[in-house]
Amino acid sequence: MQIVSEVREPLVTGGKTHKDVTEDICKQIEGAPAPAWLASFAASLLALAIGGYYLGDLLWNGIGKWGLNKSVQWAWDITNFVWWVGIGHAGTLISAVLLLFRQKWRTSINRAAEAMTIFAVICALFWPIAHMGRPWIGPVWAFPLPNTYGSLWVNFNSPLLWDVFAIGTYFSVSLLFWYVGLVPDFATIRDRATSKISRLMYGMLSLGWDGSAKSWMHYEAVSLILAGLSTPLVLSVHTIVSFDFATSVIPGWHTTIFPPYFVAGAIFSGFAMVLTLMLVTRKVYHLEDYITIEHIEMMNIIIIVTGSVVGIAYLTEFFIAWYSGVEFELYAFINRSTGPYWWAYLSMMTCNVVSPQLFWIKSIRTSLTWTFVLSIIVNIGMWFERFVIIVTSLHRDYLPSSWTYFVPTIHDVGTYLFTFGLFFTFFFLFAKFFPVINMAEVKSVLKEANSKMYRARRTLVTEPLPSIEEKVTEKEAH
Amino acid sequence: MDKNKHFLVGIFNDQDDLLHGVEDIRKKGVKIHEVFTPFPIHGLEHALGYEKSWAPKAAFMFGFLGTCLAITMQVGMMAIDWPMVIGGKPYLSIPDFVPVSFEFTVLLASYGMTLTFLFVRGYLPHAVPRIFDIRSTDDKHVMAIDLANNSLSEEQIRSIVKDAHAEEVYRRDFTDEENKGSFLKYVVDLFTNGVTRSSRIAHHR
Repeated sequence: MQIVSEVREPLVTGGKTHKDVTEDICKQIEGAPAPAWLASFAASLLALAIGGYYLGDLLWNGIGKWGLNKSVQWAWDITNFVWWVGIGHAGTLISAVLLLFRQKWRTSINRAAEAMTIFAVICALFWPIAHMGRPWIGPVWAFPLPNTYGSLWVNFNSPLLWDVFAIGTYFSVSLLFWYVGLVPDFATIRDRATSKISRLMYGMLSLGWDGSAKSWMHYEAVSLILAGLSTPLVLSVHTIVSFDFATSVIPGWHTTIFPPYFVAGAIFSGFAMVLTLMLVTRKVYHLEDYITIEHIEMMNIIIIVTGSVVGIAYLTEFFIAWYSGVEFELYAFINRSTGPYWWAYLSMMTCNVVSPQLFWIKSIRTSLTWTFVLSIIVNIGMWFERFVIIVTSLHRDYLPSSWTYFVPTIHDVGTYLFTFGLFFTFFFLFAKFFPVINMAEVKSVLKEANSKMYRARRTLVTEPLPSIEEKVTEKEAH
Repeated sequence: MDKNKHFLVGIFNDQDDLLHGVEDIRKKGVKIHEVFTPFPIHGLEHALGYEKSWAPKAAFMFGFLGTCLAITMQVGMMAIDWPMVIGGKPYLSIPDFVPVSFEFTVLLASYGMTLTFLFVRGYLPHAVPRIFDIRSTDDKHVMAIDLANNSLSEEQIRSIVKDAHAEEVYRRDFTDEENKGSFLKYVVDLFTNGVTRSSRIAHHR
């Protein structure tokens, strides 16, 4: 009998050398911007400007400009907040959790995914700040600063305050993790730079990194611990976001399933956003050898898993609402699926539960077009999930006289557009001036994972060396 | 006294050649100043005989400090300084303090550890690194041997490094001024003489 572990597909194709990795990634930063980049950057600046107009109007006149009413006091604002935070989770999952599990395929995608995390969390932070109405006095509501606006200190019993600490820590730690990862790559760019400004700027950003063995040793330890700290952190963040709802007494929110269900949903939507962004970046920057079909398939498998978890959570919620025997709880769920917002519930179910199941078919999960389309559908579905949870639980208040129907205004749409503009402006700047692939990490897996080595191992497996078989038979004989 | 530094620089192409090379060279009694690589190589720190990283200890200490600070803050504000009745609940409710304590622990552990690492190793925005060979951030592994630190002659060391499969071996000297590296001088030099002339990161030939 012979036991041979399966040979994994190469992580980097095209027989790339270490020098090629440097060349391929640095040339995007050193060259003139591509026309496609200029056009996309202009489009995101336009979105930022249009959204900025509505944001200015909102800040000047107050959040009454949004479509909120006496029953639905939380709608698009908190929906968008939860949606953006959720998107952010994939970056940390890829860079931290997959690092702990020693998944080497993360190396090509972790940099861009982490950047996405940071920009998504900035967009998320925008919403509670805008919802304050008067954000300039926000610090005393959000941070433990003594003030005369009411109670002396902030309330540490409130999940909204936990959120401040959770999201604040998450943003800070993600930024640190991302920056630490960038330092060696900045040094590479610094040493290639030909213009004075870029030599100086990348020199300062690289913190004088020299790649000495002792520094790498500490660096590796620091990265591993940051990953170890980020893993429970990322799980805690969406758990605490779900506490905003779960610790309330509103039927439809007051459920113990929320924390795991929100975390699964966050990973689900985050991976979808990573795929949307990576497929475009891969195409524009010709990174087909680094982000292979294998990478895309791996991410699609995670989408099936998390999508199915989310689907089961929807059904469990419904079952428990009936099983609990609480008629208000059951009504909240029946109203959710058959009430005035049935169309939102149906969109959520189709986009999140049905459509990702298509990825069971190998030809679909390895197809770029299908992946791109489905990744966008998943994000639409996840937006509707938050909308359904928030608005359908609020719009039929305890008194039928306060039953309402929420309709967004142009200011809801405009400020949402603003966050899109913000996100893509940041992302395109990142894609132009920062290395989109972690060069040092890709180089470290190149020797064992390139296609040449893969072919060599493949031959070894198909034509096993006689010595292996002999050893095994010897063992069996004993 | 000669204030200039004299080094022998060995360039390695392959990471495994480097690992074996470091072991061989150290066995033959040559003291290696440092090895510079474009990416982390596992086992290199053992081959060079470095002690384990202290980063985990720093992380634990900062994390512990974070937990203590967060609990002190919450208990102090909610139960001692300004107790408030919130829904008839106790002033001091430990379960409610768990999330913030956890987040604060993570925050202090990450920033404390990472900033300690950067400060101790001198990685700061104004740091001007001493680059032996510019290819060490691209695709080559660069070994530096301080000649003043070794009793063997330059020729002997050169042949030992060559035998350890170094691609090329050459001598690199740093003047005292280059060795200290001032940010101001570096910037002035960069803007007056241009990129290739800027002192410390210039090409070696």
